[in-house]
Amino acid sequence: MPPEPDLCFAAAFAPALLDPVRPAPEIVTGPNGKAAGKRYDVYRNNVTVSLIDALAAIYPAVQRITGTDFFRAMARFHVRGTPPISPLLSDYGRDFPAFIAQYEHAQMMPWLADVARIERAWLDAYHAADAAPLSPAQLAAVAPERLDGLVLIPHPAAGIVRSQFAAVTIFAANRDTSPVGRIDAATPEDALVTRVEFDVVVRHLPPGGAAFASSLMSGRPLGEAAARALDAATDFDIASNITGLIEAGAFTSIAFGDV
Amino acid sequence: MTTAIAPDMSAVPLRYSAPIGGVAGTSFKPEHLQAILGAKQQRGFFEVHAENYMGAGGPPHRALEAIRRDHPLSLHGVCMSIGGPQPLDKAHLARFRELVARYQPALVSEHLAWSTHETSFFNDLLPLPYTAATLRNVCDHIDQVQDAIRRPLLLENPSTYVAFRESSMSETEFIRAVAERTGCGLLLDINNVFVSATNHGYSALDYLADFPLARVGEIHLAGHAEQADDEGDLLLIDSHDGPVADAVWKLYEIVVQRRGPVPTLIEWDSKIPDWPVLRAEAAAAQAILDRCRPTGLTGDRHAA
Repeated sequence: MPPEPDLCFAAAFAPALLDPVRPAPEIVTGPNGKAAGKRYDVYRNNVTVSLIDALAAIYPAVQRITGTDFFRAMARFHVRGTPPISPLLSDYGRDFPAFIAQYEHAQMMPWLADVARIERAWLDAYHAADAAPLSPAQLAAVAPERLDGLVLIPHPAAGIVRSQFAAVTIFAANRDTSPVGRIDAATPEDALVTRVEFDVVVRHLPPGGAAFASSLMSGRPLGEAAARALDAATDFDIASNITGLIEAGAFTSIAFGDV
Repeated sequence: MTTAIAPDMSAVPLRYSAPIGGVAGTSFKPEHLQAILGAKQQRGFFEVHAENYMGAGGPPHRALEAIRRDHPLSLHGVCMSIGGPQPLDKAHLARFRELVARYQPALVSEHLAWSTHETSFFNDLLPLPYTAATLRNVCDHIDQVQDAIRRPLLLENPSTYVAFRESSMSETEFIRAVAERTGCGLLLDINNVFVSATNHGYSALDYLADFPLARVGEIHLAGHAEQADDEGDLLLIDSHDGPVADAVWKLYEIVVQRRGPVPTLIEWDSKIPDWPVLRAEAAAAQAILDRCRPTGLTGDRHAA
């Protein structure tokens, strides 16, 4: 139901907030007939700057790589085209990696969008529900003949980001202020993002590891996940990968059969 | 002997949390967590923006639990869009209610403003005209919030930079009517009063004289910044990025003398200083509160 005519102020006030070409809305004024231009600009500025700041807080490594001016110019385009649809800013910016991937001025950094995807997964892990991770002993207690049908329940904080580039190394090198050495960006890297207790950790998965972990995390049984991993990497080591995932806190519990 | 007349605290409904009285507190910023936990526990309270604690889990809730263990909490909503024409976001209201139930804050507040239109969230406290229609709308929204949280909400007066041509009443008339119709309390932000009075060319003292001080359950103090309007005149920005201005301290003393001690918050949200600096601002507010505190022994009980 549209608001009653007396409540149309928001429809008149809102459109120019993210559109610098539009003049201040007619419905507002300064006191005693003063102009509203610079006054309305305060709101425009608050909206745009606070949303750019929100993206900068979610994507610090991207900002460090591009430099602040480049980042804020890029983020401004995104904020104006894709403002948040939720009042929870920790949910904002999910479309930003895809925006970066097609952003004209970022084309010489083809790995930048994947670095952003890892940062987005990092924040999701940070805010994810608390849950105790599966202990290695629980897996060790499973009878060998039941392992093929074993299903692992993913931890709420666990996520995977796959990249054709060295996104994990570039991400890790740019999340703090220490100097960045030479990185061969062309080496494909897949990331496992987890949070045990309160520290988010991003790990570099071995070849086949992402196919394996993705299968498991989507509820496929261990035997099937192992087959997919071996398709991806013939020398895939199931035992060390399953141990690594459990130690990283990727799962909370075990079940059997499809769930 | 006394147990027969003492209330059973376990039976007291959530909405009647213990009042904290004339205590000065600060915004809680995660970067101060270790300094706060490491210091000897001091009188005070902490205020957080509700939206920063609406994630499912992780470090934010751990920090807030640690703070809440030893201190009263004020839950300050920023994004409910109470002043907006569209219906309240039910999911957001449910999250807000969940936080109230989980952390049992001593104070719960929101803004006379809006931040969402259609599907866009603007992340700013946007102004509204003061008319009969917006009054009905705001009262309806506050009723919904208070029904959800089962306790009175404190509604904060805004800082504004523009006026609406269609407004038919003053801000204080509007706020007084909202409080009377909904039974809500008020959060008086004295920096906002000073900022708006400067920006709109009225007297902050006149505004405070018209403000229903008896309804005030919390006071906010904060710093502001200076810009210029189209005519080159001073335009104050509610920036929360520095110390409280001298003029705002003076207004605060006047309000406390008139109203008596009220929980008072130093808001500092950007360019956040080290904890001792923020703590010192709260101590300055506490000194003013304590000067006005009835002593019990020498105070005139009938003075109020």
